[in-house]
Parts: sequence; structure tokens; C-alpha cells
Amino acid sequence: MDVEAAKMIGAGIAAVALGGAGIGIGTVFGNYLAGALRNPAAAASQRGTLFLGFAFAEATGLIGFAVAMLILFG
Amino acid sequence: MTILALTTEAAVETAGTAAEGAVEHGEKIIDPIHQFVITRYIDLGALSFTNSALWAVIAVVCITLLFMLAPSNLVPTRLQSIAESIYELVDNMAHDMLHENARRVFPFVLTLFLFVLFANVLGLIPYSFTVTSHIIVTLGLALTVFIGATVIGFMRNGFGYLKLFVPPGVPGALLPLVVLIEVVSYFIRPLSLSIRLFANMMAGHMMLKVMAGFVVMLGAFGFVPLLAMVALTGLELLVAALQAYVFAILTCMYLNDAMHPAH
Repeated sequence: MDVEAAKMIGAGIAAVALGGAGIGIGTVFGNYLAGALRNPAAAASQRGTLFLGFAFAEATGLIGFAVAMLILFG
Repeated sequence: MTILALTTEAAVETAGTAAEGAVEHGEKIIDPIHQFVITRYIDLGALSFTNSALWAVIAVVCITLLFMLAPSNLVPTRLQSIAESIYELVDNMAHDMLHENARRVFPFVLTLFLFVLFANVLGLIPYSFTVTSHIIVTLGLALTVFIGATVIGFMRNGFGYLKLFVPPGVPGALLPLVVLIEVVSYFIRPLSLSIRLFANMMAGHMMLKVMAGFVVMLGAFGFVPLLAMVALTGLELLVAALQAYVFAILTCMYLNDAMHPAH
């Protein structure tokens, strides 16, 4: 296979990691919202934890994105 | 209505010529890696003064100016309330994580948080350099935390610190496996801490550069990715602050482990 074509396919596969990040961020915010609607009084105190979870979930996807970019342009 | 029609017609024309121009230039429009190149301003071999060093110095100067220029009025000014909210944020975080030990590590955590925050946010200025987008910088910070936490752990608990690797209430048959996992996860901490920050910064800035490439390639229709870029820059601002927060809160967590190893 042509190296350029293989690079493109590899970058595409690496970008699949962003799907996992999407699921993770959705879970984090969805569960936060569910919990916050059940107990609105406790919602504000957990906002720090919410963004911590968001950052963790997003970081894994971004590593995949960085790998894709490194394959394409690195 | 006519003005709208005229502008769209003109837009289509310019889009056509711009698209041709884009094809001529080929792939060179999208060049997301170039922004991370380190240039030497004062060449001294390994001790060169680089653009990375320059922006680290700028970050430190900005932090110093922020806390020196902020007056201490009873009714805070804008600058003072920025400095005070940052201070309070880190103070609350250290208190929640470390309880009675918060006072002792607070200066370290505040320094770390401010440096990472300012390095991240200053990197968002166009044509600036993001200090934290290089793994060697973040690994240096993470190793400082890791080695410091390990030394504090052994100084305060002696060999009792090794209890960190033996969680209570694990059945005997599983214990070797659990201890192995705990040891590996302990030594992976500096890596995960540094890679999280570096990957976030690098990927975010690459994403902005790729989008900027789309703006040029699409010509007059470039306003669509341009709008996306405005939103993405907002997201990056959130990520820059968030990653500094995460870095600081994980530092607190590791220091708390060092001071109270028995889970």
C-alpha cells in the first residue's frame, strides 16, 4: 500500500478515539444533570468534580486527536 | 434584500478564486506542527534562551505583577478580585483535599496552579508560544510533584508509606495482583499527569490551526469555520483553566496520599 494512503487510514482510525471521549463527556454531564435535578441543593457543590470528570474524559480523546495530527502532519 | 443578494454573488465569485488559490498552494495551508518549533534567541548550547523560556518568564512576570499590583482595599477593585478569587479557589481546593495539612502545601500548590494557568492562557494569544505544549515542561512539573510527594511520604511515615500499596480488606489470594496494580499505577502518576496537560494543550492548539487552515481554504465561505473557531477558542480558554485546575487538584491528591497513606 502507498505510504500516504496508509497514513490517511491510520489518522482516520486514530480519530475514532474521539468517539470514546464523546461517550465519556455525555456520561459525565448526563449523570450530573440527572443528579442535579434530583437534588438541586447539592448540585453547586459538585461542579468542581463535574469539570474534573469532563477534563479526564476529554483528555483521552485529545490524545487520539494528537496522534491523528502527528500521523498526518508530523 | 438586494444588498444580501449582491454580497452573496460577490461571495461566490471570491470563493471561486480563493478555492483555486488554495489548490495551488496545496497542503501547505494546514501546518499545525509549526507553532511548536523552539527557536533560540540567545544561543548557549543546552542553556539557550529559547522562545519557550521567554514565555515562561512572561508568565512568571504576569503572575508577580498581578499579585503585586492588586491593592488590598476593603471593596476590591477588578484586579484585586481576580487575584483574590484565584487565591480563594486554590485555598478551598487545598482545604477540601488536605484538611489540616492544607496550610503547609498551599504555597506550592498555588505556585503550580498559577504557573500552569498563565502558561496555558498566555499560549492562546496569537503568535505566542504555549510553554505547556511541550512534554518536557509538563514532565518536569509532574516529576517535581511525584518526587516531592514520595520524599514527604517516606519522611512522615517511614516504611509505613508502603501501606499505600496494600489497600485494606483485600482477600489474600488477590493481594499480589492488587499490590502490583497499585505499584504500577503509582509510578504511572507523573506520566499521566504530564501527558494529560501536554496532550490537551497540543491537541487544542493543533485543532485551532487546522480550523484556521479551513478558513483560508474555503475563501469567502470561511466564515463558517471562523465561527467554529470563535467557539473553539472559548472552549480552549475553558480547557486551559480546567487543566490548570486538574493539575493542581491531582497534586493535592498525591500530597494527601503522601501524608495519609492508609487510603
